[in-house]
Amino acid sequence: MNLNATLVAQLVVFFILAWFTMKFVWPPIVKALDERALKIADGLAAADKAKADLSLAEKKVVEELRKARESAGDVRVSAEKQAAALIDEARAEAARIVTQAREAAEAEAGVAAQRAKEALRDQVAQLAVAGAEKILRKEINAQAHADLLANLKQELQ
Amino acid sequence: METGHAPTSSEYIVHHLTHLNSTGHAQKAVIDWSVLNIDSMFYSVVLGIITLYFLWRAASKATSGVPGRFQAAVEILVEMVADQAKGIVHSAESRKFVAPVALTVFVWIFLMNAMDLLPVDLLPRIGALFGIHYMRVVPSADLNMTLGLSIGVLLMCLYYNVKIKGFGGWVHELFTAPFGSHPLLYPVNFVMQMIEFLAKTVSHGMRLFGNMYAGELVFMLIALLGGTATVMGFVGHVIAGSIWAVFHILIITLQAFIFMMLTLVYIGQAHESH
Repeated sequence: MNLNATLVAQLVVFFILAWFTMKFVWPPIVKALDERALKIADGLAAADKAKADLSLAEKKVVEELRKARESAGDVRVSAEKQAAALIDEARAEAARIVTQAREAAEAEAGVAAQRAKEALRDQVAQLAVAGAEKILRKEINAQAHADLLANLKQELQ
Repeated sequence: METGHAPTSSEYIVHHLTHLNSTGHAQKAVIDWSVLNIDSMFYSVVLGIITLYFLWRAASKATSGVPGRFQAAVEILVEMVADQAKGIVHSAESRKFVAPVALTVFVWIFLMNAMDLLPVDLLPRIGALFGIHYMRVVPSADLNMTLGLSIGVLLMCLYYNVKIKGFGGWVHELFTAPFGSHPLLYPVNFVMQMIEFLAKTVSHGMRLFGNMYAGELVFMLIALLGGTATVMGFVGHVIAGSIWAVFHILIITLQAFIFMMLTLVYIGQAHESH
């Protein structure tokens, strides 16, 4: 409980220790702490940003998927339309060809019938002439009767 | 010891409460500026150096990367002190010195208090082997130590009073606070201010000293139990010693913390104008 010079010595020691701490201990530790706090803040900000980016990307993906689905639908519809058009076209073409063929066949058939008729007419005429020749052998002037025959041929038409 | 026979209880206590000082025998006068307590000085300087080494090692390896356990522990301490300082001393410029002071005070006083946890006879007995017959190992149980610290804080208070308020402003405050500016009140105010400074400083130092001195004394009394070399004494020593030591862990930490906080509070007050 006695006071003595120790008090003054302790006072001096106290300030020396405090000075040392102020000079060599406090600044580096506080600096490190502040830097780390900054780093952590940066890291958190980066994490937040990454999260935002991710959600943005997910939105984009959904959007792209929706677009792709839509365009696929469009493609299918247009393909169907095109296919239907092709089928219609083909059907029309086929009908046209069939008609044409029928017409050609009919025309050909008409021509053939005509020819056959003419050939038949010729033959009938010849037969008639031959028959008439045989019947009217004696007094028949072929020349005189040619006009008659031609008239007859004309009537048979 | 020198007497040749086993000491009585009171001799034992008195012997353990006697400082190893520069005169070689117990100090007679209450105040004697020619005497130096060698044991207190030795332990406080050694513990001060340990404090600085411990803090300096952490500081020299401090990185902003992932801290090791040691660094993290020191950082927790620094952060705690920095937070307290920020809340109490509202001047970033002053905190550059005040906060390190508070950190030093806390760690240093904690270590000085922790000397109490060593067996009371361990270091004195080792000293006796080398012919050192008096030794007190708890520097903070020496009033010179604690008053030295509290006067240091007082000097800082005076310094910041003058620095923040200017010499004239401070003198003005000495005469006008706390009761107000009136010529009749000047002497009353001044006396109140002086009492305040004195009371702050004395109570600041005495609080720590009282706690540690009492703690040390209780450890000595417990040691006396064991010193009876009976079964009851031995059992009593173990039980009481354990309980008191565990309790003392709280006290040494708390007292170091209180001393640090009051240091900050007193210096913070020096920054505030009335």
